[in-house]
Amino acid sequence: MKAMIATDRVYDVLVVGGGNAALSAAITARQAGASVLLLEHAPKHLRGGNSRHTRNLRALHPGPTHVLTDAYLEEEYWDDLLRVTGGHTDEAMARMCIRASEHAPGFLASCGVTFQPSLSGTLSLSRTNAFFLGGGKALVNAMYRTAERLGIEVFYDTEVRSLLLEEGFVRGADITCRGWPLTINAKAVVVSAGGFQANVEWLRETWGDAVDNFQIRGTPYAMGNVLKDLLARGAAPVGDPSQFHAVANDARAPKSDGGLAMRLDCVPFSIVVDRECRRFYDEGEDVWPKRYAIWGRLIAQQPGQIAYAVTDSKAARDFMPSVFPAIRADTVEGLAVAMGLDPTALAARVAEYNAAVRPGTFKGMALDDCRTEGLEPPKTHWARLIDTPPFVGYPMRPGITFTYLGLKVDHQARVQMADGRPSANLFASGEIMAGNILGRGYLAGFGMTIGTVFGRLAGEGAAKYARN
Amino acid sequence: MRETEAVGEARRQMEICNACRYCEGYCAVFPAMTLRREFSSGDLSYLANLCHGCKGCYHACQYAPPHAFGVNVPATFSALRQDSYEDYAWPKPMGTVFRRNGSVVALVSILAVVLVTLATMAWRDPAVFWGAHTGPGAFYRVIPWGLMAGIAGASFLFALVAMAIGVVNFWRDTGGGTARPAPLAEGAIDILTLANLSGGGHGCNDLDDRFTGAKRHLHHALFYGFALCFASTSVATVYDHFLGLQAPYAFWSLPVLLGTVGGIGMTVGATGLIWLKIVTDPAPVAKSVLGGEYAMLGLLWLVAVTGLVLLAARHTGAMGLLLVLHLGTVLAFFLLLPYSKMVHGAYRGAALVRNRMEKKRA
Repeated sequence: MKAMIATDRVYDVLVVGGGNAALSAAITARQAGASVLLLEHAPKHLRGGNSRHTRNLRALHPGPTHVLTDAYLEEEYWDDLLRVTGGHTDEAMARMCIRASEHAPGFLASCGVTFQPSLSGTLSLSRTNAFFLGGGKALVNAMYRTAERLGIEVFYDTEVRSLLLEEGFVRGADITCRGWPLTINAKAVVVSAGGFQANVEWLRETWGDAVDNFQIRGTPYAMGNVLKDLLARGAAPVGDPSQFHAVANDARAPKSDGGLAMRLDCVPFSIVVDRECRRFYDEGEDVWPKRYAIWGRLIAQQPGQIAYAVTDSKAARDFMPSVFPAIRADTVEGLAVAMGLDPTALAARVAEYNAAVRPGTFKGMALDDCRTEGLEPPKTHWARLIDTPPFVGYPMRPGITFTYLGLKVDHQARVQMADGRPSANLFASGEIMAGNILGRGYLAGFGMTIGTVFGRLAGEGAAKYARN
Repeated sequence: MRETEAVGEARRQMEICNACRYCEGYCAVFPAMTLRREFSSGDLSYLANLCHGCKGCYHACQYAPPHAFGVNVPATFSALRQDSYEDYAWPKPMGTVFRRNGSVVALVSILAVVLVTLATMAWRDPAVFWGAHTGPGAFYRVIPWGLMAGIAGASFLFALVAMAIGVVNFWRDTGGGTARPAPLAEGAIDILTLANLSGGGHGCNDLDDRFTGAKRHLHHALFYGFALCFASTSVATVYDHFLGLQAPYAFWSLPVLLGTVGGIGMTVGATGLIWLKIVTDPAPVAKSVLGGEYAMLGLLWLVAVTGLVLLAARHTGAMGLLLVLHLGTVLAFFLLLPYSKMVHGAYRGAALVRNRMEKKRA
């Protein structure tokens, strides 16, 4: 690594950010002959943004490959996306991304990333998603190694404070490199700096003091400063600024960077109550892979942004183990006390639920016929009596994955200005523009697909502009 | 297995890993982990001895230090293995030698070499000791065959018994049961090929987050080099006993060829593994085990190099000294076999057999 960034030269391409989208752009631009400078806000050990916490990417494939089974074609992929977004997407751009996803695993493999067949605990995604051997950090390691081998200049601990963007034309950036304020020059810029989910004050604008009870699942560096700066300088926004994707996280998780292992999968096999011991949603509405993504929002809407899953020892092996041990007690009242809930109220809630449970045949992996009758809200599947001590409980908080607000881009990943024209030399890839396609909901592994596809487009476009 | 600090730390980390499971493609440890929800000290000893130290899981870990979760499975398992060697050792009091294993191995090696040398020099006439000997039985004029074979045989047999008892202790502690021929054979193939040092087919993080095959290949060189040397000794015993052919043998004879190739393999392997230990990223390494590992690699290197030098200079007056040096290192090796890093092979093999048994059941 070089000691300091050269401020007296003009880089062909400046890449802002250090995750998969940024690296895909940087490597593509460098391979096209451009000189590339990549600036990562995080220190080296936390490099890679949210890519560090990922595990796979969703890829179209007409037939089995060495890491993907069967086939996954455009129409099914599009249907899956349409369903999760509820139509909050851009069909032409989404289809372009879906078609390009066929080549994403090959590109990543050429960057040194290794894939593995999926084995267990992966929500059964081996047909649609290619898994990175070792997960996202291994991917990030391989891509940085490739970037450095290709001669891309990489600087960690380097924050881009603002881009020198005027009239849709960018000529460089004001940055802070390891504490030193610098101005650098570039012919083209790719921003891949993520969402703003780690920016508590920004979230507070919409959510008020509830944000103090939110957890950030991924990188604490997703502050959205580049996004905010560009929007202020005339870039067009896309996506709902108030919304984020969130899952049910263990309430005992760290405030940020807890990663995937903080999520709790116990909901379908439990009842979930708020802090007043009231149920608020059908825990057994659908299989967990199709429902896990709504529970973060549901918990965020409860008083105190907290909820408690309650079940018994029968269910203990029906879901993935948790990092923090379950709270256990020999009685429901005892469990309530251990979790700080009103014992009488919780016992009454469990008794009411048990009375509504109808006999059925339990099938943990499929929509079974174990349901309640006369209960509001109902539990429509996997409803079994909660009667076998030790009783088991988990406190849950919303764990935010990413925000939907982003930069509007065109099919070449060029950032659109508020006046409707595309910028000539400013490109975006990754979470910072994912809202163009993913306006709501989430499809497992699609974030990495968007990052790789648009990273390549952005890198190619930026290099082409700079080299002309 | 008693509850040591490393056991507690391994349990904490396995409970995190079991909720994450990103590393399941690297080796046998993580799929074996997913078969469990709670981890007894015996379970953790089994998983730790199944771990080959490829370090893939450390470099891929989103929870590795300085993350607050501080997950560092290779270092923790390495420390736990050391504790388990102490626990399973026979006779029991000898387990304590694993606490300062570097010092013990170094000291025993030096003492063995010095004592064999001094005893031989005191006993043999200097003219014999420093004389050039040729023809059949040349070595035995310095140290008689019976004495040589007797001491080596006795120390080696004791080592085998002590290690076998250790393996039985390990086996009982990790769940007992009877291994059928199929898992035994598969476990043997796993250890002979070091299948788990392939990192899921792409190599290991021997140096840093790069994938290389260095550790696996160097270990093969050392292991198969050692096996060739052992074969050389066995063939020589047959020559001597049944064919009446006494050492030294010609350079192109089978025992000498096996020993030469084996000795070179051992030298390359031991040198390379020492080099790897020096240059590797120290973060996923348990410092407490390094002393014992360096000392044993050093001893293996000496065994190989003194053997090769003896071969080169066996017709000269230096033969007597070189022979006692070589035999001193070999004696030290046999004595230390059950009380040094060398036991890892026995427990690793048993863990791999158990792993194959578990897979069949799962």
